[in-house]
Amino acid sequence: MTAVNTAGWRPEMGPAQHPDHEDAPRPTNSGDRALMLEEALIFELGRFGSTGVDIDDAEFEPMGALAGFLRKAAPALPGLTEPETVRHYTRLSRQNYAIDLGPFPLGSCTMKHNPRLNEKVARMAGFADIHPLQPVQTVQGGLKVINELAHWLITLTGMHGVAMTPKAGAHGELCGVLCIKAAITARGEDRTVMLVPESAHGTNPATAAFAGFAIENIPATAEGRVDLEALKARLGPDVAGVMITNPNTCGLFERDMKAISDAVHAAGGYVYCDGANFNAIVGKVRPGDLGVDAMHINLHKTFSTPHGGGGPGSGPVVLSKALCPYGPIPFTELFEDGHLTLVDEETGGARQPHSFGRMAAFHGQMGMFTRALTYMLSHGADGLRQVAEDAVLNANYVLRSLDGELDAPFGASGPCMHEALFSDDNLPEGFSTLDIAKGLIDEGFHPMTVYFPLVVHGAMLIEPTETESKAGLDRFISSLRSLARRAKAGDTSLKSAPHFAPRRRLDETQAARKPVLAWRGDSAA
Amino acid sequence: MRYLPLTPTDRTAMLGVIGAATIEDLFVDVPAEARLSGPIADLPMHASEMAVERHMGALAAQNISAGSVPFFLGAGAYKHHIPASVDHLIQRGEFLTAYTPYQPEIAQGTLQVLFEFQTQVARLFGTEIANASMYDGSTACWEAVAMAGRVTKRSRAVLSRGLHPHYAATITTMAKFTGDSIDAQPPKLVGEPGSDGLIAGIDESTSCVVVQYPDVLGRIPDLAVIAEAAHAKGALVVVVVTEPVALGLLEAPGNLGADIVVGEGQSLGVGLQFGGPYLGLFGCREKFVRQMPGRLCGETVDAEGKRGFVLTLSTREQHIRREKATSNICTNAGLCALAFSIHMTLLGGTGLAKLARVNHAKAQQAAKRLAAVPGVSLLNTSYFNEFTLILPRDAREVVRELADQRILGGVSLGRLFPGADHLANGLLVTATECTTAEDIEAFAVALEGVLA
Repeated sequence: MTAVNTAGWRPEMGPAQHPDHEDAPRPTNSGDRALMLEEALIFELGRFGSTGVDIDDAEFEPMGALAGFLRKAAPALPGLTEPETVRHYTRLSRQNYAIDLGPFPLGSCTMKHNPRLNEKVARMAGFADIHPLQPVQTVQGGLKVINELAHWLITLTGMHGVAMTPKAGAHGELCGVLCIKAAITARGEDRTVMLVPESAHGTNPATAAFAGFAIENIPATAEGRVDLEALKARLGPDVAGVMITNPNTCGLFERDMKAISDAVHAAGGYVYCDGANFNAIVGKVRPGDLGVDAMHINLHKTFSTPHGGGGPGSGPVVLSKALCPYGPIPFTELFEDGHLTLVDEETGGARQPHSFGRMAAFHGQMGMFTRALTYMLSHGADGLRQVAEDAVLNANYVLRSLDGELDAPFGASGPCMHEALFSDDNLPEGFSTLDIAKGLIDEGFHPMTVYFPLVVHGAMLIEPTETESKAGLDRFISSLRSLARRAKAGDTSLKSAPHFAPRRRLDETQAARKPVLAWRGDSAA
Repeated sequence: MRYLPLTPTDRTAMLGVIGAATIEDLFVDVPAEARLSGPIADLPMHASEMAVERHMGALAAQNISAGSVPFFLGAGAYKHHIPASVDHLIQRGEFLTAYTPYQPEIAQGTLQVLFEFQTQVARLFGTEIANASMYDGSTACWEAVAMAGRVTKRSRAVLSRGLHPHYAATITTMAKFTGDSIDAQPPKLVGEPGSDGLIAGIDESTSCVVVQYPDVLGRIPDLAVIAEAAHAKGALVVVVVTEPVALGLLEAPGNLGADIVVGEGQSLGVGLQFGGPYLGLFGCREKFVRQMPGRLCGETVDAEGKRGFVLTLSTREQHIRREKATSNICTNAGLCALAFSIHMTLLGGTGLAKLARVNHAKAQQAAKRLAAVPGVSLLNTSYFNEFTLILPRDAREVVRELADQRILGGVSLGRLFPGADHLANGLLVTATECTTAEDIEAFAVALEGVLA
């Protein structure tokens, strides 16, 4: 099979740009354009029988213990040698935008720099190469990492305890909501409603629905915050609790958080706080002081563990005194002599009798714990406070620098927190948020979060994070300003942006209408 | 501070643009009484890279790493050799520091990897399709049970006694809240896996049968027989693979009647890491695609007709469907999927088959030698790279005593099934390509000493 990518830009397609003068660039034979390299699929490049791993032989004996179970043929997976493999993935990597290349201002995603010390530490053999079921006497350092990180999280949030096992933010939400459900069940009550604002992340209603709650909307005020009076009016014996994001997804701090918590508690409910935006307030205010009962912390957001193109994440959940008894197993327990043990199925019955149970195998995302703890120790209490301040400063700088260029629906509400929210109100007829986003791609930036939160028309949610320099922000602002002006000038080339990315706009409708989810180029059909 | 680019001059200038006198003016919406006036007490101040590395290094040194001693643990997490190029490639910043590929024009690297990963997993499992990964094997297993409920509109799942107890516990926890009926029991030590009441438990209310392959004691169940019985009652078959290397030798579950195959992908490319992050694998029949959880990457074309890839069928997902989503999952295990995919690409089908063959051979050697220790017997008639020994006394104590001699001699069944007295003397032992003849001999000699 040829290694030429048949989907590349082939000569028969003809010149695509500037065909009007004779010095215009012509399409290349390979489909590549200098450093813009196309790459075929491994199934098109690889050969069956080829391999990039030399495996030492063993003393082979007859496989009696596998009699009747053997597969008829080796899996139909092509192999590549090491040089081919390295080149394949290196070429693919160059078709990705990443924080390492420039600003990645996805709102509510906190795409900050990922320190490389974190990576180095996570790869120490004492962390990377220990088994979760080793005798606890052989993994005391591992348990100490969990315990030390737990101390940081509890202290930074002012909460009573923390469940370390959830594997990502949404898994953490599930943990918190299951604690609430278990607490209500333990009281012999049957509360069936969870109140969630429309501006919430989709994971909030999805999680509450999974736990069996009916979802009802919490109304918002004109300035983009929870309507406290409307909320109070809805509270009652059927309401299990509220799920509130604070700072919220409009980038605003919920000023009435304490009053909300007090009202929910008075009505017998619990307060879940979505901690996705904790980066704005770390070291500045403790959610525990605002009456929160449960909050997940995305270690891959606030505490800099890499997003990795979609995970892995880690979502420890801090819990109030009221909810701690219901938290999941396993967890670490520290003894006076300094040694640690794991409370799991064996001792959980006595030690945590009201636990709602186990959420996943083993004891959490250790590889993320080592990175997050490394980050915390690097910043320290003083540095983390500076993180929040710089994150908020950067977001407000973006917000105010675009005054008069883009519509900021809550701009008059005062300062924003870590993210600046704009709408498509100022864009002329025929131009959308998507056009601005795709235009940013051509400008060399990753777009902001678009069309979220749902409460704002054509939302553009920009979270610069604290690891962007002022000069970097100025370039970003300048590009965004120019895009807004191009739209106002009716520059229709924006409608077909991006022009300079590895791909033009992709046909998502076709992808969904007739899904092709696996390569079948070698099938008889 | 080395991660914060703003200078004091920058901050002053920016506050000027904003029209704020001090940074505190930007936190005006945080009630003054809740605002902290200085760094939080009881936490240390910032530290240099060298100081942090020293602190973390000291903690790491308190652990006995698998590669430093004779090592025989498995039970859902396996020690395999990871080719050097895997870790190099996943540390490419373009992979490591990218987000979920919401902007496909500048995320074709991640998207093509996911498409290749989905194809590899589907081919390994013998399923028509696979998704772009779940958190880990145990949560993927629960998602399969939930999906089987949606497909069959039934709510009673039958779990094999040979299912990993953490997986069974995860399912049981979730079922408490969704109203599904689950009966999870520890394994028996007699009879063939799968025939210990599993088939008798399937009836017309059963949504699915969950079978681990090989099972938690290392035995290999006859999937075809179980699938036939389940399908006769209209139930789906969910097969759980915690050791994907086994599929280099064992017939793919999808070829034996499995409707959904889930697995733990840690064995390829990911490493032990004390239990996480790992990699949930999820494959199934194509007709169930709209009931699947998690991200899916699909092929399409761009505006110039070039092939490209996008996340697709997102109307199943929480960010579109909210409370009606098939799952609440958002972040998955992207970087671990990349590592798995690279390792699988390096191996190829024939490399995987060879790796599996070597794993089995090492296990045969270990089983033979250890079963020759006085008082020790081998439970399994079938196994891949993991088997159960029956010791003359409580295996939990034996494991601890071996650890004192710096031998990590397997996982005691007492740890996995603390309430089950009939399993207390059971020891689950795993050998892989990393296991040497010297390791096996050291283990056998130490075991003889401990049991003497």
